[in-house]
Amino acid sequence: MAVKFRVWLTACAFSTLALATGSGAFAAGSGASSKPAKQVQVKRGEANPRGLVLSLSCSSCHGTDGTSVGIIPSISGRSAEYLEAALKAFKSGTRYSTVMSRHAKGYTDEEIRLIADYFGNVSRNNK
Amino acid sequence: MTHKLSRRDFNKLLLSGVAGSAIGIFGTSNKAFAGSKRVVVIGGGFGGAAAAKYLRKLDPSISVTLVEPKAIFYTCPFSNWVLGGLKTMDDIAQTYTVLKNKYQINIIADSAVAVDASKGTVKLKSGKVLNYDRLIVSPGIDFKWDSIPGYSESVAGSKMPHAYQAGPQTILLHKQLLDMKNGGRVLICPPANPFRCPPGPYERASLIAGYLKAKKPNSKIVILDPKDKFSKQALFKKGWERLYPGMIEWRSVAAGGKVTAVDAAAMTVTTEFGVEKGDVINIIPPQKAGKIAFDAGLTDATGWCPINPVSFESTIHPGIHVIGDASIAGAMPKSGFAASSQGKVAAAAIVRLFQGKVPAAPSLVNTCYSLLAPGYGISVAGVYKLTAEGIVEIKEAGGVTPITADDDQLNEEAMFASGWYNNIVHDTWG
Repeated sequence: MAVKFRVWLTACAFSTLALATGSGAFAAGSGASSKPAKQVQVKRGEANPRGLVLSLSCSSCHGTDGTSVGIIPSISGRSAEYLEAALKAFKSGTRYSTVMSRHAKGYTDEEIRLIADYFGNVSRNNK
Repeated sequence: MTHKLSRRDFNKLLLSGVAGSAIGIFGTSNKAFAGSKRVVVIGGGFGGAAAAKYLRKLDPSISVTLVEPKAIFYTCPFSNWVLGGLKTMDDIAQTYTVLKNKYQINIIADSAVAVDASKGTVKLKSGKVLNYDRLIVSPGIDFKWDSIPGYSESVAGSKMPHAYQAGPQTILLHKQLLDMKNGGRVLICPPANPFRCPPGPYERASLIAGYLKAKKPNSKIVILDPKDKFSKQALFKKGWERLYPGMIEWRSVAAGGKVTAVDAAAMTVTTEFGVEKGDVINIIPPQKAGKIAFDAGLTDATGWCPINPVSFESTIHPGIHVIGDASIAGAMPKSGFAASSQGKVAAAAIVRLFQGKVPAAPSLVNTCYSLLAPGYGISVAGVYKLTAEGIVEIKEAGGVTPITADDDQLNEEAMFASGWYNNIVHDTWG
């Protein structure tokens, strides 16, 4: 239970708790998330609930479980490391995109890691 | 439109998570903890279908019944492509076959006519009664027929289609455009905010212009708008000047754009500045939540449904979740994409609530592509998070296609518009 609590807290509540205590900005979460980043490493096959909710957004354009049926690139079959680097490059603008940069800027580095872990796990589990 | 949580409620919501208990801020259902996990979903559009599919995908122990009267669902997204002759109705037709066979969702071809929130039952038009442990209501929009004197459901069905629920209305408006003479005048009359698909009327004007330019080049389109600005305005206006010079005129409220009455027999509309005649008249009336939302007592004074933004559970009736256009989702627009995103968030939350756990903080997105012509696309995107102010757009993210986008980028956006459609309908119905 303690572990579960910590995961939930770190993964989703950290920034919102900062908000509730009056810091007033979700961005505070990025500062808070730099420390416990290693603690939220989810085990293979185990979906982090916050990671799941974040990642379900991606499937609207990239296909269910990240497998595209059209011209938009699939994100399934990619490693978590690849996806994290790609999302961060879109976020910083160093990688060209039409719309991905506008999406990636909406996530903290910690959230990007959760998304990358989720699809990295989907890829491994589907192998 | 922002649904504000009180500071106290927001703290309670977080504290409920810390305590590991859902009681207090999330409604509980009588049988939820006794192992019965039955969800009824009303409405098989983007929101309802996505919620039904993802409930089954995330937790196969949940039994899901989807109530939708139509065997074929025609999507509003890409229905403007049909009006422009770029797609057929078959191209925008979705069915429930995969949801039934692959995801083992019980599909009932019927309409919900009443909800008893205290008993947890839904009554169908056929008289059948369904029991639920949690209910998802995704009814889309209904029209305020009495808001424009002279307009009615029967006028919409014969002379002045709205074509804002895809299907027979799309076919009617398309036929009127095909029958119109060269040199004809098309009036498009969007409503004030909030309404479904904010860029929809303007994409519609673009793609109708594309058809007219090719087949009936002396024709004109006038948009009579009760607003002083509209979605992706600068991008649309730039595109119209490049693609259809002189063909599309947009009249804002200050320029007499507000329609105050219509006359179907004379084929005219009255504005604050005078009477306008049209050969084809597309009236998009003001909107409210779909009828069942009213009948179930889920709406507030705005005509839409207030919800808890973590789970999309009604703040009026616990155990009932409202998603899609009918919900008051803070800064999110009313779009198929938003509805699908909300459906997935609600599904993930319900899975957690059945487990007696608190849902994860929600993350929501929207992307709306608009086509101005083949090879000429633009988009608007938004990423949304929950704060004490409700669902807000993350300022650093989102936005529209750059006004400086070159032809290669506009072409890429057009390609991704098609790619987006293929994937979202697959993610929702496939």
